[in-house]
Order: sequence, then structure tokens, then C-alpha cells
Amino acid sequence: MTTSAAGERTLRGRAAIAGVGETNYYKRGAAEDPEFVLALKAILTAAQDAGIDPREIDGFASYSNDRNDPSRLAVATGMARCVVVFRALAQGQFARFGQGPRLPGVSGEPAYTMPYGLMSPAQMFSMRCMRHLHETGVSRDTYKAVSLAAYHHAQNNPRAVMHGQLLSPEAYDEARWIVEPHRLYDCCMENDGAAALIVVPAERARDLPNTPVYLLGATTGSEHRAGAPCHNAPLYATACFTTLAPRLYEMAEVTPGDVDVLQSYENFTGGVVMSIIEHGFCTPEQANEVLTFENLIAPAGRLPLNTSGGNLAECYMHGLELVIEAVRQIRGDSPNPVSGARVSMVTSGPMVTPASNAIFGSEEVL
Amino acid sequence: MNAAANHLPAGLPAPRPARDGLDTPYYEGLLSGKLLIQRCTACRGWQWGPEWICHRCLSFDLDWAETEAAGRIFSWERVWHPVHPALAQHGPYLVVLVELPQADHVRLVGNLLGDPHQPVPIGGAVEGVFEHRPDGEPPYTLLQWQLTG
Ligand SMILES: [Zn+2]
Repeated sequence: MTTSAAGERTLRGRAAIAGVGETNYYKRGAAEDPEFVLALKAILTAAQDAGIDPREIDGFASYSNDRNDPSRLAVATGMARCVVVFRALAQGQFARFGQGPRLPGVSGEPAYTMPYGLMSPAQMFSMRCMRHLHETGVSRDTYKAVSLAAYHHAQNNPRAVMHGQLLSPEAYDEARWIVEPHRLYDCCMENDGAAALIVVPAERARDLPNTPVYLLGATTGSEHRAGAPCHNAPLYATACFTTLAPRLYEMAEVTPGDVDVLQSYENFTGGVVMSIIEHGFCTPEQANEVLTFENLIAPAGRLPLNTSGGNLAECYMHGLELVIEAVRQIRGDSPNPVSGARVSMVTSGPMVTPASNAIFGSEEVL
Repeated sequence: MNAAANHLPAGLPAPRPARDGLDTPYYEGLLSGKLLIQRCTACRGWQWGPEWICHRCLSFDLDWAETEAAGRIFSWERVWHPVHPALAQHGPYLVVLVELPQADHVRLVGNLLGDPHQPVPIGGAVEGVFEHRPDGEPPYTLLQWQLTG
């Protein structure tokens, strides 16, 4: 974090993404390589994309579950000249998410929920989403639009695990419930693979081959008592962005209307809808009209969303694939490019604490 | 409030008091058919789950007080996809988040008894049902809910 001439703490324009890369993305358990080899391959690919020797990398940030943390990363760029952010997953080799614990007994906070059969992320988050639907009158049709848009975008993305598997509205409706209000295609996948991106100081990025993609802003945090135990957060029906979103726009010096394309982390589609609302793209009252399939698809939609297919249909790389797609939109090499995109946003794992978000921009918005 | 038969099958993780003793009064209360919730001696506020400090007035002088096991449904979900082997053959079940208006609207998680396919009204009044599990090691009691009226 640096301090600008005006004295405010800001990240704007200090760091840039110089390169991105990923391995093949696989269905869960299908990767041939060990997890660490996947990570190394993704890092080498990103370094090659950035036009740097991987030996130049002098900082590492392992990208954590449900959080993109470009702010920590940008701090790191103050101390390191070339940081790689990476995530590797080989879920056949390590424990899966989404499975209940096989324990005879639990204590502390899990003891207030697990004996009642509330133990997976889907079960934890669906409770919040159901309350949100009730409080706002937002329709589940918005969930469907988010899901169909992701699958639509994956059809143009050869990297996507769901490439070649278009999801029809009928198939969405007929899919089984996981936990009401979420059906099967409202839930993220579980995948194997690895992804990486290279962050350098802005002035260094200008000497490298790719179009620099500048970090305009990034915030991390939560609302007051967002982590209150046992579903007692005072603001319960939120994705936890109500305080972060204004700070992000302030730092990035843009408004929601300036954002050309959005990548919003989908653990579950209900959380995406809340994230979009909390970032000011529509009010809850407008959501049913604004969050339609037509509005959410590139290139012509009002708010192109998850344009690589995201966690639902490209690959569940804990959202790092969403950051990479946000970068590609500015560079113009997205599989579903939004023409002339200059401001590109990412929001992280909704309904978690801390949450995070980031805005990237092209040279002309600096 | 009658004792309930086991609502969900055996084999799910059993609740055990935390080793630091923070929530022992809660579990002892349930065993004797009482709902005890943490209450601040200084500001009289209720809070759940238990904490070492009052999150309102920052007093460490927290006590436990009995409150009626009655409230309103704040949110709910119907679980169809089992994530635990004990539930593999069970079919759908209802989890409710119940707020207690008489105790600063603290919220508790439990199951809604009755037909798992029933419509669930947010705001609907519910009463607690103590589900004793004497075979637990150690024995324990769950607090379940059913719609009233
Ligand atoms: Zn107090």
C-alpha cells in the first residue's frame, strides 16, 4: 500500500499484471500431474506470457480458498519486483471441499450446526440466500441467468471444462436441488489444475510485451460482526460487500457505470446476485429486470458476467481463473471479449469473511 | 413441549461442550430441558453463540439466563443432497434458523420437525422441542423446532 500525494492510502496504478497462465483444466481427480507440478507448469506459462525469465520472480503469493487477495499482493510489489500469484488444485490427491466431516463429535461453533445436518458450504450459504430472496423479492430467475450465462461463455472458451456442454434453460430447471434455493447448476464445480499471474510494478510492465493491466483498486474486509458465530451476523442477507464496495470505487476512482465487464466469484449463484447488488450494478428492486441472461452475456449485454465461464463452467480454480479473465478482458484476448473494455472488476468469494474485490484498468483510465 | 424421537439418523457428529468450558451451561441446560443463552450482566444484552466478551458493552461479566424455547423462523433451507454417509438414504430434511425476539433476536440453528416437504413460512412462529440422545457418549440433547398454530 502506498500513499499518494494527496495523502490517501491507495493502490491505484502502482502495480500491473504482466502475464497470466494456466495448465489444462480437468474434472476433479483427472489431472495426470501431482499438484505441485501443476503449480510449476502454470507459473512457467505465466512467466512466458509475461516475457520474463521465471528466475526473476522474487515474491510468491499462494492464492487462498475463496479469496482473491490482490491487496496483499500489491503490498508485496513494494518489496518485490516480480510477484507470482498461483493456485493449484488436485482434488483426487487431497481432501475435497463440500463433504461433511466424518467425526464422532464436534465442539465449538460446528457443534451448533453439524448435528442438525448443516455442515457443507452449500448448506451454510443457502440459508443466507433464502433470507435474501425473502427480504428483497429478488427472483430465483436471476440465479438461473447467472448460471446460463456462465455456460454460454464457456462454449467459446476451449480451456473451459464445460466447453461443448451447453446448458439449456430446461436442463437447468430440471436439475436436482442441492439445497433449496440452489439447484445443481447453481453450484461451483470441483476441478483439478493450476493458474498463475505475474504482478510487477507499473513502470516495469510498460517494458514488457503484453499490454499492461493496471490494478486500480483492491479491498479486503467485511461488515461489522460479519463473522458472528452461528449465523448471527447483524447484516445476514449479504455477500459481505456493503462496506467494501464503496471503498473499492473510491480507491479506483470509478463508478459502477464505468465497469465494462464483471467477474464475480460463484460459490453459489445466490451469492453472485448479492455481490452484484452490493457493488451497485442494480438495486434489489431492479434485480429481476437487470439480471437476465441477455444482459449478462458478452459482447452486447449491459453487464457481461463471468465471461470465461468462471467457477461454474470454466474451472473452479478458487476464483483465480476469474482474475485472469478480468486481465484478459483488458488485454483483449478473452474468449468472449467485450470490445473496448477499459475497466474490469473482480469480486471474490461472497458470503465469507473477509471478502475482497479488485478493479483493473487499461493505460487510458490511469 | 414433548420429547421428540430422533429426527435425523444416528451417526452425525455429536455436539460436545468446548474444552474451554465456554458453552458448558448451554449443554447442561438442554439436558434438563431448558434453553440457556448467554446474557451480559452489565448491559443485560443477549448474545449467541457464546463469546468471552459482550460484543455490545465489552464487559467480561457474562452469565447464562433461561429463555423460552419459542421464536420465529428467520430463514430456512431444504437439504436434498446429503454430504454425510449417515444421511445418504435419508431423503430431504429441513434446517431452520430461528430468531428469539424475547432474547435480542439471537438466532439458533435446528431442524423443523414434521413433513420435510412442507412449505416453510419465514416469520412463522415455532416452539422448541428437546430431542434427548441418552445413548450419546456423553449423552446430549438437540433443540428442534415445530410450527405452532
Ligand atoms: Zn454487555
